[in-house]
Amino acid sequence: MPDSLRLALAIAAKDIRAELRSRTALQSALVFAALVLVVFNFARDPTVLAATDLAPSVLWVTFALAAMVALNRAFNVERENAALDGLLLAPVPREALFLGKLLANLAFVGTVELVTLPLFMLFFNVSLGRALPGLLGVTGLATIGFVAVGTLFSAMAVRTRFAELMLPVLLLPFMIPPLIAAVQVTSRLLADRPLSEMWGWLRLLALYDIVFVTLCMMAFSSVVDE
Amino acid sequence: MTAAAEQAARVVRRGLGLSTLGLLGLGGVYLLALGHTPVEARQGLAQKIFYLHVPAAWAALLSFSLVGIASALYLWLKDPRLDRFAAASAEVGVVFSAIMLTTGPIWAKPIWGTWWTWDARLTLTLFVFFLFIGYLGLRAALHDPEERARFSAVVGILGMLLVPFIHLSVYLFRTLHPQPIVLKPSAPSLPPEMLTTLLVSTLVFTVLYLGFVMARYGLALADEEREEARDAG
Repeated sequence: MPDSLRLALAIAAKDIRAELRSRTALQSALVFAALVLVVFNFARDPTVLAATDLAPSVLWVTFALAAMVALNRAFNVERENAALDGLLLAPVPREALFLGKLLANLAFVGTVELVTLPLFMLFFNVSLGRALPGLLGVTGLATIGFVAVGTLFSAMAVRTRFAELMLPVLLLPFMIPPLIAAVQVTSRLLADRPLSEMWGWLRLLALYDIVFVTLCMMAFSSVVDE
Repeated sequence: MTAAAEQAARVVRRGLGLSTLGLLGLGGVYLLALGHTPVEARQGLAQKIFYLHVPAAWAALLSFSLVGIASALYLWLKDPRLDRFAAASAEVGVVFSAIMLTTGPIWAKPIWGTWWTWDARLTLTLFVFFLFIGYLGLRAALHDPEERARFSAVVGILGMLLVPFIHLSVYLFRTLHPQPIVLKPSAPSLPPEMLTTLLVSTLVFTVLYLGFVMARYGLALADEEREEARDAG
């Protein structure tokens, strides 16, 4: 295994272990996601709009908001006791450090998404059936892209005065392309449409992931190194 | 007054002079648009707003592209002038986008019958507008000039690359926005009076852009000078 990948995994493991020991952030993010789903249910007039028509957008807005909560945490924990300085002093390439943080965030956001999905099926009476593997795939594809940008931005946002507000303001415009694509693919998956109708969107998602993961990895050293 | 402060004042004065010239030109554009150009057959007087809307969109696009380019160059060269220019350009770009985003709906209501539609170009410009408001917010929330320059350069570069993605992702929805009239492969298809007015207006908006950016750049210089003087004294 290449050295930097091993280092990245070690950093991710450190973050996940720290999270599993406290579990506060994960629990709050899960409760938050469940609450958003419940609130959405009241925002809809069931006599006018069928649950399934609204379902894809509800699912993705919930994922986006939960990811935002999770990403706010990513570098906040590193700020306490100047842990980030220690991490930066370690002989770790910045790319590996970014990758480690990205993997930990993906694990965190992925867990929230996996728990939200059954709740979503329950509250909105959606039976996924054959759409499930596809839905998991598109969720992964879309999540990688915006979590990469979010990881980079949260490293910047913690240095500002209103970090909790700064991150969403910066990140939401960057969430638009993956969210639009994911909602489009999800609604086609739920309607059991053929793959050819989703192909364009999936390619857009893949391209977004490639461009922004690479770019954020390259830009990370400009953010953390003084 | 120190030499640097005098230089800052000179840049501001020059910027204000250029802006005045641009504003006088804007008065000329109004005269041309109302007196010189013919009334469009189908849209009537509503079409006249194009002489402001299109040049404002041009100026906004110009500002934001230059922010992206200056950001990329900053990370490479680390020249504080590039950062100052990017900040000034972003601020001016937000103003021109605001003009574009208000004149658009004023025209759209009588012509399309709706203030707003989630068409590709409209959505794109709206999100770029939000993006640069976030950019300016980030700058305002950071104190260390060097850190501020690095962070905003990163956002500037990412923002420049986001634009094609937003465009691609909203393009698949049917577009309502008028198709290109001037910049298209065949010859521009509008009467010469309209074309000259539009070109004059674009020139005027470019002058305004330069004037505003120069004034803002000078003010940033003066601000830095004041900070330095305060830290020294």
